[in-house]
Amino acid sequence: MAANDIHRTIDAVWRIESPRLIAGLARIVRDVGMAEELAQDALVTALEQWPSTGVPRNPGAWLMTTAKHRAIDQLRRHALHRRKEHELTREIEDQLEQSVGDPDAMLDNPVGDDLLSLIFTACHPVLSTEARVALTLRLLGGLTTPEIARAFLVPEPTVAQRIVRAKRSLSEAQVPFEVPRGEELAVRLASVLEVVYLIFNEGYAATSGGDWMRPALCDEALRLGRVLAGLAPNEPEVHGLVALMEIQASRTAARTRPDGEPILLAEQNRARWDQLLIRRGLAALQRVDALGGSGGPYALQAAIAACHARARSVEDTDWSRIASLYDALAQRMPSPVVALNRAVAHAQAFGPDVGLSLVDALRDEPLMRQYHLLPSVRGELLSRLGRHREARDEFERAASLTRNTREQELLLRRASASAAAI
Amino acid sequence: MRVMAMVRATRASESGEMPSEKLLAEMGQFNEELVKAGVMLAGEGLHPSSRGARIRYDGDKRTVIDGPFTETKELIAGFWLLQVGSLEEAVEWLKRCPNPFEEGTSEIEIRRVYEAEDFGEAFTPELREQEEQLRAKMCDRR
Repeated sequence: MAANDIHRTIDAVWRIESPRLIAGLARIVRDVGMAEELAQDALVTALEQWPSTGVPRNPGAWLMTTAKHRAIDQLRRHALHRRKEHELTREIEDQLEQSVGDPDAMLDNPVGDDLLSLIFTACHPVLSTEARVALTLRLLGGLTTPEIARAFLVPEPTVAQRIVRAKRSLSEAQVPFEVPRGEELAVRLASVLEVVYLIFNEGYAATSGGDWMRPALCDEALRLGRVLAGLAPNEPEVHGLVALMEIQASRTAARTRPDGEPILLAEQNRARWDQLLIRRGLAALQRVDALGGSGGPYALQAAIAACHARARSVEDTDWSRIASLYDALAQRMPSPVVALNRAVAHAQAFGPDVGLSLVDALRDEPLMRQYHLLPSVRGELLSRLGRHREARDEFERAASLTRNTREQELLLRRASASAAAI
Repeated sequence: MRVMAMVRATRASESGEMPSEKLLAEMGQFNEELVKAGVMLAGEGLHPSSRGARIRYDGDKRTVIDGPFTETKELIAGFWLLQVGSLEEAVEWLKRCPNPFEEGTSEIEIRRVYEAEDFGEAFTPELREQEEQLRAKMCDRR
């Protein structure tokens, strides 16, 4: 095998094995940062040896054994300096030595629990959101620091520093490497789901062709979501988030013009929606229902997305169901943006006057004052009601609030169309 | 990227012989690993070609040919649709797949699925627009 090929093979092995490797090591050494360094050391050894020895038959077990040997070396060296920790070190050494002889012993341990613990640790609330995102991509996605930096359009040293600090914070806060139980589980799970959805949205927001790393974030988030669904199959919100991401991702090919300009849902060519992803999303939503979790915030958003996915056209859409789903979502996740979407759904289902009264109720909302979508939606509803003078004013106001020039042009066109209709 | 991994047919698969319980269990475990890693999008096994048909296109002419088909090694017995980061990752995964037919040799072929980006420069915005309009028209007619 040529040197180049073998490096690509090692990359692939790393992507497949690194989360399990780091998770298994973290359980034993009780420190995620150290576990990751040990895994990296094993990778370096592989990069040195495999080009001449070839890739071992069971590369995962090889990496694990190598990392464990290094762990024992390091712990012994440390133990000389730090007597106090001697006992813990001995205990860890015993565990390591027992498992080194039999690399497959790893498989007898509940690998799933280790992975889940790793996810919960990487998304621990003691860390800032950015740190959680970077650490999750690094530990669970097997992404390198430069890859993460490119994906988030930030300098490499920034990401490197975020990761170093995050590992230190976890050590300092003595965050236990475990799956939270009881009441804590819900809070911690919410943090994990938030991180995964953030990664997805970061990729989804990148509309233009540009760098392939950004759209790859959507794939990565989806993969993490699917992994999570396998690890925590009884958590309805996990399936809710997966359903939401699958259905949103199904529209990827339809949601931008060739020049990168976004296409609104109503104007998308539905023939380009990915039916495989839609089916997967609807199946995930069925699991949500079976678990009795259709009232969760992700489940509700997924159910709304599913209404669109099922509809052959805008006219064919079940707007009254969407309106009632938004009613529920506004209760669970009260936010002005949800409220505005709810108003739009009600306008579609029950007429523009109904929508308008809901929009008007939001006008004094402080968060809404600078939000261009409020006057834009108002303008649309007023124009449908034939109140063109007011519609024109609203479109003009919306145009003055948006920074996106394309959107601005569109809004000004609508304003002059309204003016012409007066 | 998406890849399709296709299991080549063998005399055994073409005879309709069902896999042993052991192989089914191993294959099930492999599939579960793929699912748990978030890699597997879809996967199916196919009946022998004796239960299938072919349509031959010759200009405007359509001829239906009933199975079985003779060139066993060119036939497909099953497939996976996988979401992976690279072709090498797909190769690494499939190396872990149990031999789909316990005895003798068999092959799995891995092919990349075309995505719009793959057309690159040759697929200019104008061409893409044209294709989209075409698709939209086809959609309207339905």
